[in-house]
Amino acid sequence: MTAPTATQRRKAPSTPIGKAGTWVDERLSPATGLRKQLNKVFPDHWSFMMGEIALYSFIILLLSGTYLTFFFDSSMTEVQYDGSYTPLRGIEMTRAYASTLDISFDVRGGLIVRQIHHWAALLFVAAMIIHMFRVFFTGAYRKPREINWLIGLGLITMGLVEGFAGYSLPDDLLSGTGLRIAHAIMLSLPVIGTWVAFLIFGAEFPGTEILGRLYIVHVLLIPALLAALIGAHMALLIKQKHTQFAGPGRTEDTVQGERLYPLYAAKAGGFFFLVFGFVAALSGLVQINPIWLYGPYKPSQVSAGSQPDFYIGFLDGSTRLFPPWEIRLFEHTIPPLMWPTLVLPGILFTLAGAYPFIEAKMTKDKAHHNLLQRPRDAPVRTGLGAMAISFYMVLLLSGGNDLIAYAFDISLNAMTWAGRIGVFVLPPLAYLITYRICLGLQRHDREVLDHGLETGIIRRLPSGEFIEVHQPLGPVDDHGHSVLQYAGAPVPKKMNKLGQPGRTLRGFFSPVKEKAELQARMDAAIEAESHDPEPKALSSRVD
Amino acid sequence: MTDEFDDDLDFSPAIERAAATSETARRTRVAASKRAATRPTGTAGSKAPKARGRWRRRLASSVILGAALVGSGLGYGLFSSASSADETASSADDIEAGRILFTTSCIACHGANLEGVKNRGPSLIGIGSAATYFQVSTGRMPAMRQEAQIPEKDPKFTDEESRQLAAYVQSNGGGNELPEGNLRDGDVAEGGELFRLNCASCHNFAGKGAPLSAGAYAPAINATDEQIYAVMLSGAQNMPTFSDNQLTPAQKRSIVSYIQSLKASNDPGGAAIGRAGPVPEGLVIFIVGIGGLMGVILWIGAKS
Repeated sequence: MTAPTATQRRKAPSTPIGKAGTWVDERLSPATGLRKQLNKVFPDHWSFMMGEIALYSFIILLLSGTYLTFFFDSSMTEVQYDGSYTPLRGIEMTRAYASTLDISFDVRGGLIVRQIHHWAALLFVAAMIIHMFRVFFTGAYRKPREINWLIGLGLITMGLVEGFAGYSLPDDLLSGTGLRIAHAIMLSLPVIGTWVAFLIFGAEFPGTEILGRLYIVHVLLIPALLAALIGAHMALLIKQKHTQFAGPGRTEDTVQGERLYPLYAAKAGGFFFLVFGFVAALSGLVQINPIWLYGPYKPSQVSAGSQPDFYIGFLDGSTRLFPPWEIRLFEHTIPPLMWPTLVLPGILFTLAGAYPFIEAKMTKDKAHHNLLQRPRDAPVRTGLGAMAISFYMVLLLSGGNDLIAYAFDISLNAMTWAGRIGVFVLPPLAYLITYRICLGLQRHDREVLDHGLETGIIRRLPSGEFIEVHQPLGPVDDHGHSVLQYAGAPVPKKMNKLGQPGRTLRGFFSPVKEKAELQARMDAAIEAESHDPEPKALSSRVD
Repeated sequence: MTDEFDDDLDFSPAIERAAATSETARRTRVAASKRAATRPTGTAGSKAPKARGRWRRRLASSVILGAALVGSGLGYGLFSSASSADETASSADDIEAGRILFTTSCIACHGANLEGVKNRGPSLIGIGSAATYFQVSTGRMPAMRQEAQIPEKDPKFTDEESRQLAAYVQSNGGGNELPEGNLRDGDVAEGGELFRLNCASCHNFAGKGAPLSAGAYAPAINATDEQIYAVMLSGAQNMPTFSDNQLTPAQKRSIVSYIQSLKASNDPGGAAIGRAGPVPEGLVIFIVGIGGLMGVILWIGAKS
């Protein structure tokens, strides 16, 4: 790194690092540009770190994947296995499967790297999904960031394809079954299906070409695409600056947070190692994709519970739920498989991509947004998001409905019907419930702004009436109502949050409170209430 | 054999499932396998002098078989029973003990002469000792009620009693006999190949079980060598029969060897999370992976 060039020094540097920095700066003069970038301020909120998990998983995937390429052979030539795993010795299999077995049992560190690669892949997609939730529910995709939303969607789509290609490479019974299904989906395309399938597989299924092709797709084509898209995603983020939540000092035109260097960089670097450590621990402790148990792929064999990795699971679920409607049109058959596996994801991804523009159109909102919205402040959007998630979850759970049926002693047919009904009934319900919760939360915020905080102190008025003393959050008008306006920012709900401006609850496992200061404020509040000359104002604050 | 169970399915089975949770079912299996493990292997099919009681046995089986023939109209029954009755190795004492157990516990559903009772239980004539031993020793029989599938549970009879019952049923019309000797001397790799071809489509790649339609299921395989072999020979409920023409005895022993080696094998990658494929893996990445990293995020967030 040429970081030292960005330091504030004016004098000629004397340290070796400083000298090296000067050497670079005198030749490439990156200092001016770098200083500007390194001083870039990033807003700080825990939810902004979800995308980082995806980024770090991608780096882990590149590192572990590179190691695996040293030993993996994507050839579909038949060989007889004679490695360390006895229960498969003497069995005919492709070199792809044999080399994956070798990675698992005969290559030093092979199994743990394979497991790191697979867990990191699951984490990559999962983190992208929750990052997408965060961006959606806070309205971060609004103008001017619609392009980054589309790039993000492209990243998820590419992530799914990349994951599926990787899942297919070991040529075990599960990945072969997955390829078989992919082949069937291609065939389900009307008119061009057969041609597409032959184009991709190069022969009748499974042929001898597909693994080699998928391998190049998996290690070169899509990773390059992913890296380019991630680069564009980050460049746009820096160009357009990160969004932030409303709060003191945080407006549409000002950013409050930490500089990229050193604080943010240190935090992000530390977080990378935490993610890496976490994935490594998971990979050391929990077995993933035990291909030796699945056996080599033979088209005549299939195991119960053959499922894709979770990110394809919703398509498996939609296929299980879709009724067997076969349409014959002009001498062509449209198999039922096409609707849940091609048409449905097509609609879903189109809707997701179009959403920022649809929302802008519907709300007639053409403004430039740098401030995020809290989910409660956009109840329709939050409701729609909950609707989409519940739809997705019904499909995802239906993708594993055989295991759920088996584990909980439910009839598989009942599970299928529950999914068929649930996929229509649950999303509207989720919308309604979420919408009401959003309004309720908003109203509670407004009520606290109007009437102040509940102190837990009950007073008895001379008339015999009991009231709870409320602590106003700011100056009050003649009726005892706060003059503070609702601004879509967090409102304190408890007395101990009033201690100091900004973040008042310090400490993670146990909140640190300044007891004495709190007590003083409480006392002052009671004092103010008891000297209030206008009893009418007090009664208006009664809950 | 399969005919018998097709009859069984016609008894308008109640669809509601046993309240037994998978947890109790698991415990049951563990108990069953423990019990089976404590049995000395040498007693497998205790042999007694063949001469004693042969005539009585033959007479009795002929009489009962005659009744079965009249009842079922299956002409081939006479052949198979006559030939297998010759090979029966159980002692008359075992058969007598089995008869007493049968009369006290099985007669209500399977009839006084094993002819079956309409809407309760199928005829047992000709089902053989393999099926009987499998059903009784895994606790499936006596059944609690008619339902989508009769579950495995704590066996009601000891292993010895199960064998006596098997001997009694065998003496009535013959059928597939309980295997003898070491069943684990097969080729593990060949067994794996056969397992994936014949068994994995219902029982999952690691024999962990999976559901079938309408509440029926292929259970997790926790059985002893003898039970696995017996059920392949006889079939059970939704499971088809794998006769010696489909899977030779050597191949069956290979499958037994593979299943038992699979159960005994450890998981080199860490916690097996059910050996059930990508679904539990997805659960782990969301609950442990995303859940844990959310904790990390909140922790970092609280530190700033």
